Amino acid sequence: MADAAVTEMRFRDPVRARALAARLGELVAGAGRQISVMHVCGSHEQAIARYGLRASFPADLEVIMGPGCPVCVTDLPEIDEAVALARAGVRVATYGDMLKVPGTAMSLADAQTEGARIDVVYSVAQAVELARATTDEIVFFASGFETTAVATAAVLVAGPPPNFSVLSAHKYIPPVMEIVAEMPGARVEGFLAAGHAATITGAAVFEQFAARHRRPVVVAGFEPLDILAALVALVELVVTGDARAINCYPRCVAREGNKVAQALLWKVFRPIGGRWRGIAHVPSGNLRLRDEFAHVDARRRFTIDVEALWRMAPPALVEHCVCGDIMAGIAAPRDCTLFGRACTPETPVGACMVSSEGTCRIWHQYGGHPDLVAIGRAAPAPEVP
Amino acid sequence: MCLGVPGRVITVDGMIATVDFWGVKKHVRLDVIDEPVGPGDYVLNHVGYAIRRIPPEDIAETLALYDELLGDVRADGDLMAADVRGELAGVAGPADRSPGDG
Repeated sequence: MADAAVTEMRFRDPVRARALAARLGELVAGAGRQISVMHVCGSHEQAIARYGLRASFPADLEVIMGPGCPVCVTDLPEIDEAVALARAGVRVATYGDMLKVPGTAMSLADAQTEGARIDVVYSVAQAVELARATTDEIVFFASGFETTAVATAAVLVAGPPPNFSVLSAHKYIPPVMEIVAEMPGARVEGFLAAGHAATITGAAVFEQFAARHRRPVVVAGFEPLDILAALVALVELVVTGDARAINCYPRCVAREGNKVAQALLWKVFRPIGGRWRGIAHVPSGNLRLRDEFAHVDARRRFTIDVEALWRMAPPALVEHCVCGDIMAGIAAPRDCTLFGRACTPETPVGACMVSSEGTCRIWHQYGGHPDLVAIGRAAPAPEVP
Repeated sequence: MCLGVPGRVITVDGMIATVDFWGVKKHVRLDVIDEPVGPGDYVLNHVGYAIRRIPPEDIAETLALYDELLGDVRADGDLMAADVRGELAGVAGPADRSPGDG
């Protein structure tokens, strides 16, 4: 738990920050009821928690983290596929956050302890370099939303070496927002869209969404001021019943998005329906390789035996983990009996405590709630030249 | 994995740009960017690929958050700062051969 005392929120422009927080208070007070909105990005939650933003939100404004952590929404059978490959002697390269994520019976880290060869990489290009430097088969276990999937696509289009293939657990954000918007029991009245995923998809994709589900959407950046300004815009839309999409992050997001990236994405991937952790079925939510890329698809190159893993006993405590409900936005870390006790970053029970974008991990480091202590720093942010 | 990291283009050679990240020069792939970039342009990069040319008028505002995250010496264990450093680690160094070079 963060032990640094809060000195003051660190804003480049504290005057503007206070004005935005005050405006947010006026809007919510004017509504005279509780308002719940959702963001779908781990980096948004990091910024909200790191800068102690929830302490400045009005009490009647609930800002929920939804399924915005790609590691956390990776379904157990997808982890099992990677674990099964690794246990069968195939070298698996993946992003560090995927290592400790529990599958049905074990994580990649557990398989590594048993002797499986796992390579942690920071980019898909580094996994390709690994493959170039060896004759071993290298399978890149690919996780992440459209922002990351585009890099995987670019590598495959460029023609990787013959001993390289991809096990795709990539996911596409817009369809899951459709599901969450209509989920029974979900109180979400509007969405903050993830800034850098929207760099790829564009802001326009949310215009139809907003109209269809009668839920406004605001594309938001990652500075504390970006988030406050986006929340003011979003709550204004909510209280006036104006279900539009607004782009509050034009410096990184164009209305039509990045068309080159979109072309690469859909050249390599096809969207298929499937499970996300905590959300039963997301139509078009999973990105799988198209037939033209069958030769680099690990699912077709290898026979993956996950059945053996499903016959093993699940890890201890896993039935108490509410990570799925947290990703669906219907529970918070404080609702979990394991949080901060049996489940910590050192001994994570669920993916939400593993990933740097997982709600539990973020709350554990920074505190996520006004009644917890947010991290603080006495020194002011450096001046921008 | 959502944050990306901005950097300043120094030179461009085909599909590879040499980009300056806070004094460290690294190679970034340009396969995914949707407009031409040249020396002096700032690009937002994610896992080694430039995904957006940042409009000149927005550069200072974009860099501010990263200046703070990377300049925060107390942020060694900080998740957000660690993610930015992870992004920097995902960018191949100039000594590395990039995939797909002819």
